[in-house]
Amino acid sequence: MKGIVFFSAITLTLCFPRFPIPTMNRILLAASLLASSILPASAATALNGSGATFPVPLYMRWASDFQKTNPNITVNYTGGGSGKGVKDFIANLTDFSGSDVAMSDAEITNAGGNVLMLPATAGTIVLAYNIPGVQAGLKLSRNAYVGILLGLIKNWNDPAIAKENTGVTLPNTPITFVARADGSGTTAVFTGHLAAVSPEFKDKVGTGKSVTWPVGIAGKGNDGVTALIKQTPGAIGYVEFGYAENNKLTMASLQNKAGNFVTPTLESGAASLSSVTLPENLRAFITDPEGVNDYPIVTFTWLLVKKTYTDAAKAAAVKAFVAYGLTAGQAVAPQLGYITLPANVVSKVQAALATVK
Amino acid sequence: MGGNSPLTGSVSPMSAEYRRRPDIFRAICLFASILTILLLAFIFGEILIKAWPAISKFGLGFITGIQWSPNRDIFAVLPVLIGTAASSLLALLLALPLGLAIALFLSEDFLPPAIRHTIRFVVELLAAIPSVVYGLWGIFVVIPLVQKYGTILSAKFGFIPLFAGPAYGNSLLTASLVLALMVLPTITAISRSSLVSVPYALREGSYALGATRWETILSVIIPTAAPGIVASSILAFGRAMGETMAVAMLIGNSQRLSWSLLSPSNTLSALLANQFAEADGIQVSALMYAAALLVMLTLGVNIAGEAVLRHTQKATAGLR
Repeated sequence: MKGIVFFSAITLTLCFPRFPIPTMNRILLAASLLASSILPASAATALNGSGATFPVPLYMRWASDFQKTNPNITVNYTGGGSGKGVKDFIANLTDFSGSDVAMSDAEITNAGGNVLMLPATAGTIVLAYNIPGVQAGLKLSRNAYVGILLGLIKNWNDPAIAKENTGVTLPNTPITFVARADGSGTTAVFTGHLAAVSPEFKDKVGTGKSVTWPVGIAGKGNDGVTALIKQTPGAIGYVEFGYAENNKLTMASLQNKAGNFVTPTLESGAASLSSVTLPENLRAFITDPEGVNDYPIVTFTWLLVKKTYTDAAKAAAVKAFVAYGLTAGQAVAPQLGYITLPANVVSKVQAALATVK
Repeated sequence: MGGNSPLTGSVSPMSAEYRRRPDIFRAICLFASILTILLLAFIFGEILIKAWPAISKFGLGFITGIQWSPNRDIFAVLPVLIGTAASSLLALLLALPLGLAIALFLSEDFLPPAIRHTIRFVVELLAAIPSVVYGLWGIFVVIPLVQKYGTILSAKFGFIPLFAGPAYGNSLLTASLVLALMVLPTITAISRSSLVSVPYALREGSYALGATRWETILSVIIPTAAPGIVASSILAFGRAMGETMAVAMLIGNSQRLSWSLLSPSNTLSALLANQFAEADGIQVSALMYAAALLVMLTLGVNIAGEAVLRHTQKATAGLR
C-alpha cells in the first residue's frame, strides 16, 4: 500500500511537467520519495501497556532508560488501574499489562491461557497519618489498626493506641480514616492482609479491590488519598510506600506476626519478600509474613505478558524490555521507592521469561 | 405588530415561487431535532441494556437497600440517592435567596449602569470557572472552615441529628456550599433577565397607586417574574445533581446513611466517576443502573419544573 502511494507520487512528479514545482525541487522530491520507499524503514517496534498505577513511575523510568540502549523499541505504559490492565490484556488491546493483583483463574481462562504473570517489582503499603503534634513512628498494634478501620477506636487518645506509645502525647482528636474511592489493587492487598489478621474484619468488610468501609472518607487514587490525609487533621489512610515518601507523609510502625513493631522501609519490605517461596505460576500473595523483621503489608506487582506472540518482533521486544527490568531495572527501583526483587525471585522470573515466544 | 407593514403586507411573485420549492432549511431542522430525540433515546436505551443484568438481579431492592459492597456483589444505592438529593436541595436552598437578591439588585437602578454591568459580568463569570477549580478551592478554603466551625457546631448542637458529630471536613455541607456557589450564576442570570422583562408599565402603575419601591418589588415585580425565577431554580437543581468533579473531591465518597450534614456522603455522579474505571462484571451493570436512575431523576426534575412553570404562568397571567 505504502509502495503504491510512493510510486504514484513519483510518477506524478516526473510525468506531469506542468505541475507547478520547480525542476530542481522536482528531482530532489523524486529522489527522496524513491529513497524512502526502497530503503528499509527502521524496524521500530512499539510496545503498549496499561494497568496498575502503583508501578507507573518505575515502568516509565525503565521505558526511557531502555530506549536509550534500544532506540528501535518504544515502550508506552499508561496507568488506569490493575483492573483496566487485566481487562485490556484480555481484550488484546495491550502487548503487556501491569497488575497489583495476580490474575484469577477465571481471568486466565478468559485470556485463553496465553498469559505469564511475572513479578516485576514489589512495594509496601503503609498507614500514613496526620496527627497534630505527633511525629513519625507512631506504633500501631494489630488490635489498634484493625480497631480503627472497623470504627471501634474513634479517638487518637484511645488507650489501645496509647498503650504502645508511652511518651507520645496523643491529642483528643477524632480519627478520620481515608480509603480509596475507586477500585484498586492497593485496596485488595491491604484488605487481604487485614482479613488474614482479623476474622472480624474478614466477616464484616471482606477483601477485594473495592470494599465498603465502616468508617471514614474516600479519595480517588493514591494521590487523592494522600491529599486527604495531608489536609485533614486526625486522618490516617493507606497508600503505597513510594507515594507516602514522595509526599513526606508520616508513616506508622505496624506490629507484625512475630509481635514486633516494624517501620516501613525498603529494607523491612525486602525482608518480607525474602521469606516468600514463589510457586510455579509465580503467583504469591503475602498476606501476613512471618519473619521477625518483616513489614506486614507487602506485595509483588506483576507484568502480564503473553506466552506466545503472533508478531516475533513484539515477542523479542517484550523479552528484551522485561529482561532489562529484571537486571538493570532492579537497581533503580529503590531510588523510586520500590523494593528490589530478591535474587531467587529474579532467577525464577527470568526462567519463565525465557519461555516467551 | 400591525399586519400591514410593507414587509409582511404583500406577497411578491418571487416569494410565492420560492415557497413551492422543497424547504431545505425546514428539512434540515426537522432532521436535526429528530436526531436529537433519537440520540437521547439511544443513550438511555444503551444504559438500560447494559444495566439489565443488575436490574433483573436487584430489582427495586437496588433503590431501597443501603449496602454497596462490590467485593461481595451487593449493590444498593439508597444512601447515594439521598446524598444526591440532599446536596442539591441544600445547595439550592443556599443559592436561591442569594441569587435572587443579586438579580434584584442588578435589575433595579440602585447603582449606575456601569457598576451594575461589572457586577453582572463578574457573577456570570462564576459559570466559566471549571469544576475542578471549584473542587480545589473547596479543598483549600471551604473544608478547613467546615471542619473548624463544624466541630464547634456539633459540640454545641450535636443533639440535633443534622449537626451530629464527629464533624468531617469532607462532608455533605462542604459539597453543598460549593455547589451553591456553582449554581449561583444560573439563578442570577435567568432571574435577572426575567425581572428586567417585567413591563415598565406595571412598576409605574404600582408607584402611581402609592406603593413604595419595596412594596412594588415584593408584590408586583417578583410575582410577575416568578416563572423565570422558578425556571432558574430548576435548572440550578439539575446542574447541582449532575455536577461531578467538584463533588467527588469534596463530599467524602462514603455511602453510609447519616442524618448529619457534617458527615461524608456520596452522589450518583461521584460514585460513577470514582468506580467506573476499575469496575468489572456485575458492578458495571450496577453502575449503569445507577446512571439510569440519575438520568431518570434529572428528567423527572425537568418535567416537574415544566409543570410548575406552566402552573405559575397561569397563576400570574392576570398580571401581564
